Amino acid sequence: MYKIVSKRFLNEAKNVIEMVVEAPLVAKKCLAGQFIIFRIDEYGERVPLTVADYDREKGTVTIMFQPVGGSTRMLAELNAGDYILDFAGPLGKPSKTEGFKRVAVVGGGVGCAIAYPVAKALHEAGAEVDMIAGFRSRDIVILEDEMRKSCTNLYITTDDGSYGEKGFTTNKLKSLIEGGAKYDEVVAIGPAMMMKFVCAVTAPFDIPTVVSLNPIMIDGTGMCGGCRVTVGGKTKFACVDGPEFNGHEVDWDELIKRNGFYKEEEAEHICNLTGGVRRHG
Amino acid sequence: MANMNPKKTPVPEQDPKVRACNFEEVTLGYTEEMAIEEAKRCLNCKNPLCRAGCPVSVRIPEFIAKVAEGNFDEAYDIITSTNLLPAVCGRVCPQEKQCEGKCIRGIKAESVGIGALERFVADYHRKHKNTSATAPASNGHKVAVVGSGPSGLTCAGSLAKLGYDVTIFEAFHKAGGVLVYGIPEFRLPKAIVQEEIDNLKDLGVKIVTNAIVGRSFSIDELFEEGYESVFIGSGAGLPQFMNIPGENLLGVYSANEYLTRINLMKAYLDEYDTPIKRAKNVAVVGGGNVAMDAARSAKRMGAENVYVIYRRSMDELPARREEVHHAIDEGIDFKLLNNPTQILGDENGHVRAIECVQMELGEPDASGRRRPIEKKGSEFTIDVDAVIISIGTIPNPLIKSTTEGLETTPKGCIVANEVGQTSREGVFAGGDAVTGAATVILAMEAGKKAAAAIDEYIKSKQ
Repeated sequence: MYKIVSKRFLNEAKNVIEMVVEAPLVAKKCLAGQFIIFRIDEYGERVPLTVADYDREKGTVTIMFQPVGGSTRMLAELNAGDYILDFAGPLGKPSKTEGFKRVAVVGGGVGCAIAYPVAKALHEAGAEVDMIAGFRSRDIVILEDEMRKSCTNLYITTDDGSYGEKGFTTNKLKSLIEGGAKYDEVVAIGPAMMMKFVCAVTAPFDIPTVVSLNPIMIDGTGMCGGCRVTVGGKTKFACVDGPEFNGHEVDWDELIKRNGFYKEEEAEHICNLTGGVRRHG
Repeated sequence: MANMNPKKTPVPEQDPKVRACNFEEVTLGYTEEMAIEEAKRCLNCKNPLCRAGCPVSVRIPEFIAKVAEGNFDEAYDIITSTNLLPAVCGRVCPQEKQCEGKCIRGIKAESVGIGALERFVADYHRKHKNTSATAPASNGHKVAVVGSGPSGLTCAGSLAKLGYDVTIFEAFHKAGGVLVYGIPEFRLPKAIVQEEIDNLKDLGVKIVTNAIVGRSFSIDELFEEGYESVFIGSGAGLPQFMNIPGENLLGVYSANEYLTRINLMKAYLDEYDTPIKRAKNVAVVGGGNVAMDAARSAKRMGAENVYVIYRRSMDELPARREEVHHAIDEGIDFKLLNNPTQILGDENGHVRAIECVQMELGEPDASGRRRPIEKKGSEFTIDVDAVIISIGTIPNPLIKSTTEGLETTPKGCIVANEVGQTSREGVFAGGDAVTGAATVILAMEAGKKAAAAIDEYIKSKQ
């Protein structure tokens, strides 16, 4: 059992939640870019979430998530003092953060929760970091102060122009590159569609582009193969070979299709829930 | 006087038509009367070949003699003096290749139903609990066991019996390894696995779940924490694919994924959240026990047609005989001497068919089995909406990549000698992590031998 130490909403829309969880074994080892798997209770799924932050001394791990599926909606119902049944990790390979001069980190929506610790680690390792954080609208902007502290320049974009610059992250990235920014690497973390388009922007400029994939998985240790993705024509397991990959080599269309495989079950699952949330006992 | 009936006392089973629609156990097991009757078929040979055929050397004629007397508790104690997981072994061992394969009665007629008797004794004990294990006095030495599958459980239990302070580290949320994620409920009820694990806890074994060795901590860190020896029984969890076109289409699974969704995550029960697709026509590729488990599970999930596609013939099928018979009775369609060449998808990326080529058997290969050869131009397709790849698994590379000086084979198996000693002092290994995918009982044998070697190793250091 893993205790939830604190919980807060990260934006006005209250659709992204931060939870700090007591998990000493994970906190002792985890690094930016790695993920955990939680299982809310005996009936729950195993769900991967990227580590947003950690405190080795306190033995806590911070997760940030958007309640979209049944499991994250149930997790959102829990409060400080409640317990999560299982919380395993760290899983996956950590981000490479050493040896860069200038990097652009692109985050999309709740993906910013994962992009920001990577930006922070790169920044702490001495790189000049441009962070581009994209949101649909002002009310769902998250972590503005945290991101600003973790990078050299922060650019916020909104699809509707209600905050920051109007437009997509890809527009901003392209204009920075065309304006002369020389990036050793671009890191993109967010919806698959956004990562795909970031790669399309960086490919003509030959900028190495790292993406963090979050496909459907069960165990997270290499056992099920459900998270397989095609990278450079080869099948890789995102859980053990990733979750970060060379974005220019990822078969995005396959990934996007695979991620939609359980959409019907997910929808049905939610309608079966009382008030949106399954309760036991 | 021995019961000279040439045939085994039949073990009652659920009707195939009924059981193909439920996940309850297929084989129902002997009643007390049946067990006594079957036990009386044992000739109590002076030189018991059955025992030599058992990887963990169960004192077979002795326990059977006790069953014949109706003394089931003593029979249980005799079995558990060498086998810590009798309820599991009675159900999943390939007895026809081991004890029963050596039974003298089997030469002219049917062998004694040793597996069914072992199972009966274990089940009788579970129901009556007239004896229970107690933790022996501690000898003060700490041993870590990585993985809670059959080899890890056996190693841990054997060491605990000797007084060691044993902690098992399990990556999943539940202990049992392949016994809980792989072997289905209808063949090995999970409540039984749980009780076997509880028996080990009674012996003093501690189990830490959600602990991923190689990520949460390394083997070296276990030594730093005061463990004097480490046993690696992490299994062969990494599923192999065929590397044919279409393997990443929607509806193609590894057998591990398909079975884990059903067994560990209980996706077949409504109250559990993990989803599973109910496919109509399913192709299972492979001919091992795991392929049988996947095929029979797919049938129980409501599939109308389930095909087992295997490139050799029935004679070479590596699965346990009983499983093959059960699969046939349940209506699984064996497409033998066929090999998949590609998986075909529709416009949405979903599986729509599997293309196979016919095979014929040539000369025996290195494995001693006749080598399958493609018949040119014999390709054909079968319409399916799910494909389950069950062609084997290899060890997970996580421990290897995080443990310096641990020698492995090119296939990723840990190199260990016959008692489990690896290239690292104090580190022992056994089961599928060493052999590649094999059976529960061979993993148990390795765990047992390693426990003896660990005991010797720790004593030698004093």
